[in-house]
Amino acid sequence: MDTVTQLQRQLVDYTNSLFLEGFLNEQFNQLQQLQDESNPDFVVEVVSLFFQDSERLLNELAKILEQKNIDFKKVDAHVHQLKGSSSSIGAQRVQRVCIAFRNSCEEKNIEGCQKCLQHVKYEYTHVKNKLETLFKLEQQVLAAGGTIPMY
Amino acid sequence: MGMAAAESQFHVLAVDDSVIDRKLIERLLKTSSYQVTTVDSGSKALQFLGLYEEEGDQQTNPPQTPCVSPTNNHHQEVEVNLVITDYCMPGMTGYDLLKKIKESSSLRNIPVVIMSSENVPSRISRCLEEGAEEFFLKPVRLSDLNRLKPHIMKTKIKGQQNLEKLEEESEETQFQSPPPTLPLQEQQQLQQPPQSQPQQQQQEQQTPSNNKRKAMEEGLSPDRTRPRYNGIATLV
Repeated sequence: MDTVTQLQRQLVDYTNSLFLEGFLNEQFNQLQQLQDESNPDFVVEVVSLFFQDSERLLNELAKILEQKNIDFKKVDAHVHQLKGSSSSIGAQRVQRVCIAFRNSCEEKNIEGCQKCLQHVKYEYTHVKNKLETLFKLEQQVLAAGGTIPMY
Repeated sequence: MGMAAAESQFHVLAVDDSVIDRKLIERLLKTSSYQVTTVDSGSKALQFLGLYEEEGDQQTNPPQTPCVSPTNNHHQEVEVNLVITDYCMPGMTGYDLLKKIKESSSLRNIPVVIMSSENVPSRISRCLEEGAEEFFLKPVRLSDLNRLKPHIMKTKIKGQQNLEKLEEESEETQFQSPPPTLPLQEQQQLQQPPQSQPQQQQQEQQTPSNNKRKAMEEGLSPDRTRPRYNGIATLV
């Protein structure tokens, strides 16, 4: 098997695993479908925005939850944003933790919120690593002269 | 029909406070051959539409095209054929924006579509009752955008239909008296569209009969709980 085919196979297998393991869902496919020759970096661009935005939100959440009097409305607003953006890129696990997080907010459950924050940080970091690996594999395929297979 | 080629002329104003969602909706709309402007708030949307007097002067908003909407008395530089807005936004919500547009004599004919990540039936009802054409559940997909076409086309086709009808009438009946002097916009409002309209046959998708109008007339129906709505645009 030549290098390009090998790399492509690796890419396809890796991508499939992300879907199987629930890191990504159908919405990620939708993003890929919007990418074409005129917008070859669309997915990377959107995902990069997601990374930036999420990190901002997670920092904000950490700050708010450290305070004596927690403003649960603010917490909820931030989690709502994070839920929305993770949903928009298909980051399923992050989205799901956000749903649980919002429930803790509604209950004004401080411990619940703190646990959820840890959980969402974990899932975010996890999917970030996965996506960065995915993009690296894509770059390798392109560098070897291949094209990204349609999933 | 020549109208299909005119799709690229349609200009959509997209409103969303999320930078990710703005990028997404912009790409979706451009893929569907619309011209797009995105803004991050309801107040900026109103500014763009010319409803608010800008602080300073119009120079801060350079004209995109020289075209001025004929229905507009305000300083709107660019014609907008549809507004698609997120519901949950800080400050002015999508619902507030919808209201302001529908209350404005110059803007109320612009179709408005609401997007939301939350499927709340009462929210959907409220928006439709206030005059929204459709309610999209996020994340919005390419297939959802096919439902925009009827609403955008309607404002253009209706005008054409009226002209054609007048021409027919004057030929057949040897018009003695002068044609109605009502401005075109008001003529559109007076003519309630029948159920099966000619332009529906031109659409790619079958749009079901006016679920939306039924819902408004008969009160809440089971259809209300469906997150995605298909309805005939009502020109208010």
